[in-house]
Amino acid sequence: MMADSGSEEIAVIGNTDLTSAELENNIKNTMVEIEKWTSLLRKMEISVGEAEKRTGKNTVNMQEIYTVYLIETRPVDAVTEGIIPAPDSLWRRYSEFELLRNYLLVTYPFVVVAPLPEKRAEIVWHKLSADNMDPDFVERRRVGLENFLLRLASHPVLCNDKIFYIFLTEEKGWKEMVYETGFQAKADSRLKAMNAAFRVKNPDKRFTELKHYSDELQAVVSQLLRVRARVADRLYGVYKVHGNYGRVFSEWSAIEKEMGDGLQSAGHHMDAYAASVDDILEEEEHYADQLKEYLFYTEALRAVCRKHELTQFELEMAAQDLASKKQQKEELVTGTVRTFSLKGMTSKLFGQETAEQREAKLQVLEQQIEEGEEAVKEKNTESDEFVKTAWIDIEHFKDQKDRDLKEALISYAIMQISRCKKGIQVWTNAKECFNKM
Amino acid sequence: MSAGTPKSLASSGQKPIQEICHPLGAEETASVLTPSPDVGNTITSIGGKTTRVEFDLPEYSVRRRYQDFDWLRTKLEDTQPTHLIPPLPEKFVMKGVVDRFSEEFVETRRKALDKFLKRVADHPVLSFNEHFNAFLSAKDLNKRLGLALLSKMGESVKYVTGGYKLRGRPVEFSAMGDYLDMFTQKLGTIDRIAQRIIKEQSEYQVELREYGPVYTTWALSEAELQGPLEGVASCMANCSSALDELTQDMSEDFLPVLREYVLYIESMKIVLKKRDNIQAEYEAKLEAAAFRKEEKASCTQVPTDVEKCHDRVECCNADLKSDWDRWQNNKRQDFRQLLTGMADHNIQYYEKCLAAWESVIPLLRDKQPQETETEED
Repeated sequence: MMADSGSEEIAVIGNTDLTSAELENNIKNTMVEIEKWTSLLRKMEISVGEAEKRTGKNTVNMQEIYTVYLIETRPVDAVTEGIIPAPDSLWRRYSEFELLRNYLLVTYPFVVVAPLPEKRAEIVWHKLSADNMDPDFVERRRVGLENFLLRLASHPVLCNDKIFYIFLTEEKGWKEMVYETGFQAKADSRLKAMNAAFRVKNPDKRFTELKHYSDELQAVVSQLLRVRARVADRLYGVYKVHGNYGRVFSEWSAIEKEMGDGLQSAGHHMDAYAASVDDILEEEEHYADQLKEYLFYTEALRAVCRKHELTQFELEMAAQDLASKKQQKEELVTGTVRTFSLKGMTSKLFGQETAEQREAKLQVLEQQIEEGEEAVKEKNTESDEFVKTAWIDIEHFKDQKDRDLKEALISYAIMQISRCKKGIQVWTNAKECFNKM
Repeated sequence: MSAGTPKSLASSGQKPIQEICHPLGAEETASVLTPSPDVGNTITSIGGKTTRVEFDLPEYSVRRRYQDFDWLRTKLEDTQPTHLIPPLPEKFVMKGVVDRFSEEFVETRRKALDKFLKRVADHPVLSFNEHFNAFLSAKDLNKRLGLALLSKMGESVKYVTGGYKLRGRPVEFSAMGDYLDMFTQKLGTIDRIAQRIIKEQSEYQVELREYGPVYTTWALSEAELQGPLEGVASCMANCSSALDELTQDMSEDFLPVLREYVLYIESMKIVLKKRDNIQAEYEAKLEAAAFRKEEKASCTQVPTDVEKCHDRVECCNADLKSDWDRWQNNKRQDFRQLLTGMADHNIQYYEKCLAAWESVIPLLRDKQPQETETEED
């Protein structure tokens, strides 16, 4: 059973007499045992606590302002009786998260790697700022980054990755460590392979279907997000205009005797109604973010399908190569030329080859055939292995997706219920005021 | 629909009516559309019951056209010049702008005519008017129409456009005028706001109509999520219909009544003007008499026509004050009804949406194999 992402309540017992050095020792010891656990979260609380602005020089030596995020970790069993020690923490900027993700994509191509939250705010309804420095956007991104880390930490394969662990625990030198793994070269060749055009003869049908599904999902969720933003925009307009009632009722109440009080109070309720939409829509952004995560997930799905195609293609190429070599050997042995070759032509023109020459060729070919068979066997294993591990992860992903999206829909319905209840409340209050007129 | 219970009024000192019985309630039954040879005239059936002794029969049912209402109103203005006569809905409607045969238009007009009759019926003086009686019970009003046309340019016009200049208007009447001006302004603003809301809601509706179906499209690609997504889609369709009903209610119930009130205000302003003119006439006559008095030093008596004028002023002021009180009271009740109606429409809208969303929750939760988390409610 795969471990869930999301916070888990774990009871901890500890010893208040531990010094910080001993505490650190404990942590170091538990680090060794990390590999044994399927979920990093069993051992470690992870959170992205805050965000801060920094200034610095970028790669072209120009001043830039960027945001850094505080990553806090605390070994779960280091929490002592009643006293919770301060978490370890370090600062990371968005580009470092990107580097981590790219590293994981390259290193574990059979894994559907969780996506990062948006770098820039897109598909927003217009009242919400599209500015990257806007505190609400930064806050939502902070939440998204924390979610990203929690997804990785609860993934049965990824959570054991050393680079990931160092990302969480050591601020300096992490980048260099990543590059030392030689992942850049892999990343480049992966990029090339992703963009290459090739045709696979016998792809696994499940992957073809999956690719089709991820395309559909991407299209429909993009559209959903766009329309939702427009709906939010319009809803904002409806609520805000009611604020005008507030003003005019107030003005009107000034010229009335008995009706004045009722009108005035009703006006206040109209003002409250108009003001309530801001919070309502801010909350809905959370729903949009949940949808966006799965929109971005489709890219990871497609990447895995692509990798399968690539592996399958390489297998097919190797098999094809082997087949042609075997063909050539047969022709050489039987003396029949079934396929046209320039060599064959030239040998006809310039005379037949000697028996020794033929023997040499045969030997080379047999060597090549042997190597070829090894290669095909290897590719076959590779392909099978990939299909197997990828499909386990894909099934895991599907379950997670169904669960998460169902929860998202439920929370969206709950938001709507809350909005309706508020609406009923406000208008009931206003009605009471009108009745007192 | 709006043939509801007659309003009981806090009328000032009109005891005789209250002693009789319940005030007359003119209850409209069906509106009958009958295209006639000339360009469409809608005929209204009026059915009513009365316990009043002036009427021959306790029940009656007549058919009347807009012209007849117009006749009645003119007659009332002529015969009760010092009183506030309730307004009629607009007579002329631009062709091409509004469909005079559309259900909405006919219904709106019917309600306004119904209101007119009720207001007259509730009035302690107007309700006893012989023309009102005739209107409600006479089988055939046609004979009187000819006369009506002739007398159209009658007394009421004289009172409105009287050429007398007013010297000192009593403060209370000035205050009434000021109030009416400000009130008109506020009503105009409310009208604009209501229209704007309807517009914003329509635009919201357009987007909502596109939003729901996307969930349906998505459901097609899904297995486990298909049910929940379709549930959400149908929920949104329900909210969409509820919004349609709200917008329609506001257009049909709220705006027309609001607009019709502007006419009521205009009627009140006319009455105030009439009063001003009567007072001005009196002042002019008084001045002329005083001037003549100076010439004939012996005459100490106030001329009778001046006294008559004075009486008329006093009478007019009294009638106006009582009409004003009644008008204010009506206004208060009318607006209480109008605004609580608006609140009700909105409450109903939200209740429908709430029901839709609440019914979708069990559908969303149903298919989960294990419930490890507690309910979020």
